[in-house]
Amino acid sequence: MSYFAGKIVKLKALREDTRFQNEARRAVRSGRELLAAIFRLVLIVGISYVILGPMIGIVASSFFSNSDKLSPVVYLIPQNPTLQRYIRAYQLLDYWKVLGSMLVYVVTLTLIQIAVCSLVGYGFARFQFPLKKFLFACVIIVIVIPLHSIMLPLYMTFRQFDPLGLMTLFAGGPINLMTRTAPMYIMTIFGCGLRSGLYIYIFNQFFRGLPKEIEEAAFVDGAGTFYTFLRVMIPNAMPSIITVAIFSLVWQYNDIFYANLFNISNNVIISKKLNTLNLSLAGPPDQILDPGIRALYVYAGIILMILPMILIYVILQKRFIEGVERSGIVG
Amino acid sequence: MIGQKTKKLTTFTLSRRRAFTGLLFVSPFIVGFVWFYLRGIIMSIQFSLSDMTTQGLGYSLEYVGLKNYRYAFFEHPGFRQTLTSSVVDMVIDVPLIIFFSLFIAIILNQKFRGRTVARAIFFLPVLLNSPLINGVLTDVRNMMIGGVTATPSTMTEEATSVGIGVSYYVELLGDIALPNNILGYIVDAVARINSIVTSSGVQIIIFLAALQSIAPSLYEVAKIEGATPYETFWKITFPMVSPLIVTNMVYTVVDSFQRSGVLDFVYTTMFGIDNSYQMGAVYSLVSMVAVCGILLIATTAVSKRTFYQN
Repeated sequence: MSYFAGKIVKLKALREDTRFQNEARRAVRSGRELLAAIFRLVLIVGISYVILGPMIGIVASSFFSNSDKLSPVVYLIPQNPTLQRYIRAYQLLDYWKVLGSMLVYVVTLTLIQIAVCSLVGYGFARFQFPLKKFLFACVIIVIVIPLHSIMLPLYMTFRQFDPLGLMTLFAGGPINLMTRTAPMYIMTIFGCGLRSGLYIYIFNQFFRGLPKEIEEAAFVDGAGTFYTFLRVMIPNAMPSIITVAIFSLVWQYNDIFYANLFNISNNVIISKKLNTLNLSLAGPPDQILDPGIRALYVYAGIILMILPMILIYVILQKRFIEGVERSGIVG
Repeated sequence: MIGQKTKKLTTFTLSRRRAFTGLLFVSPFIVGFVWFYLRGIIMSIQFSLSDMTTQGLGYSLEYVGLKNYRYAFFEHPGFRQTLTSSVVDMVIDVPLIIFFSLFIAIILNQKFRGRTVARAIFFLPVLLNSPLINGVLTDVRNMMIGGVTATPSTMTEEATSVGIGVSYYVELLGDIALPNNILGYIVDAVARINSIVTSSGVQIIIFLAALQSIAPSLYEVAKIEGATPYETFWKITFPMVSPLIVTNMVYTVVDSFQRSGVLDFVYTTMFGIDNSYQMGAVYSLVSMVAVCGILLIATTAVSKRTFYQN
């Protein structure tokens, strides 16, 4: 009995000891943090697997040799790994040349997108003008409309390109812009490129979220509207610019709809080139008749195709984080 | 020339001048919209109201009134079903994706090791979202689940013999008197985890950008004033992110519609066996009106609770 009584007294003393209390509180807090970290880890790893699972499959299969592909015991880890798939896919894709022209195409379009859409988004966010609501509804329509429904009219516009009769005036008749990249550039300059509506919307929302005071300060200091836009609003909108840049790069890179509609050359659009890979492997000189083996080359091609995008994303993402400091609205 | 212009402008009142500048900012879009979209939509409406015969590069139209629409709604076997199932899918998916992506964005915005890698992984589905790759991914996903040799039938046999039955857990939840419709929604949500994860990459990025644009001083103030994390979330994070919730909702509605069966339906009608452009125009116009209606309802409901600086 007395033994337990002694214990209880000791416990009471402990409870009153402030140092012990502090330590207990710290232990609870760190325990809670640990729990949160474990929860976060489990969540992220779990969801990452959902995303990465098929990717792991593709990467692993792209190293399979023929015997690995046919062997029933091989699962994910090849017995005789080979780089043959990559080498052949690299040759057939004409990798550096196609990738180079693709990147020029995508990057220039992205720059135009950012310039045009930020201007338009700013116009919608900060100015009052007649028909504003109606015009903004038009932006929503551009986002929402299924592109298939204006496909034929678009095709006809650029097949016989003759805006306001200008081409008839200077070139003596409508010109055919098919198989070129020009239609995409023209559409993007006029704010109707690939998902431009969404970028306008993002910029609009972002500019609306910025406080008006910084602009008013610039205005009071005598800055013109365009100067304010360039020097005050654009630096503040850096996070949204990076966001739009990433989206535009990626979607333009993956776009197949416009590439097919305007019949842009395979040597510019890498995903179209990749589409031809399967077919050209079946013919001479490769003569690979097993579709399963051909798929391995396609896997390697896919890896080659998405690698630059992943690289660009990782690079831009660092700027994306830096964007926080540069967006310093206050201080 | 420029000097003259500014002289003329200075006679405007400030608000008229601002209106003019605003229109100038927006003008590229107006030109593009009229040139590509308005013209395209008007032509599509024309097509949908007529019988169309193509000859070479040209085509001829014969006005038939609402005949094509009547056919789509009352005679075509699949159209109404495809449309309603897409709309239902959308209604289920959109709130799930919004909550999921906000949740993930908040987690990815915390500081922990491997954050950059985690962010890159969550954005991967967006990088891979091309028709060709999607097809390959489905094949590989099946391979990963089944192994190379396992066939689907052996998989299900194993599952039943081990006794893993999803229905058991569903019944368990039903026994604790969870309302059936909520239960159905939860089960649906769990079954959709794959599609939800792969289709919320964009939303996560948009939310991340929004979270990062919140001034840190706001959090400092809240901390000094003694706000709990819970209060900080509802009083600072959520209102500051709310304009982007509307953006994300618009994006999610449109995206889930474009992934749904309706667009395939339109495409096959136009370029498949039917090869009828006028019916394709009908379907795409109807689906466009449906999406616009849903967006209108959803955004008006949400924007009332949205916080804007001005």
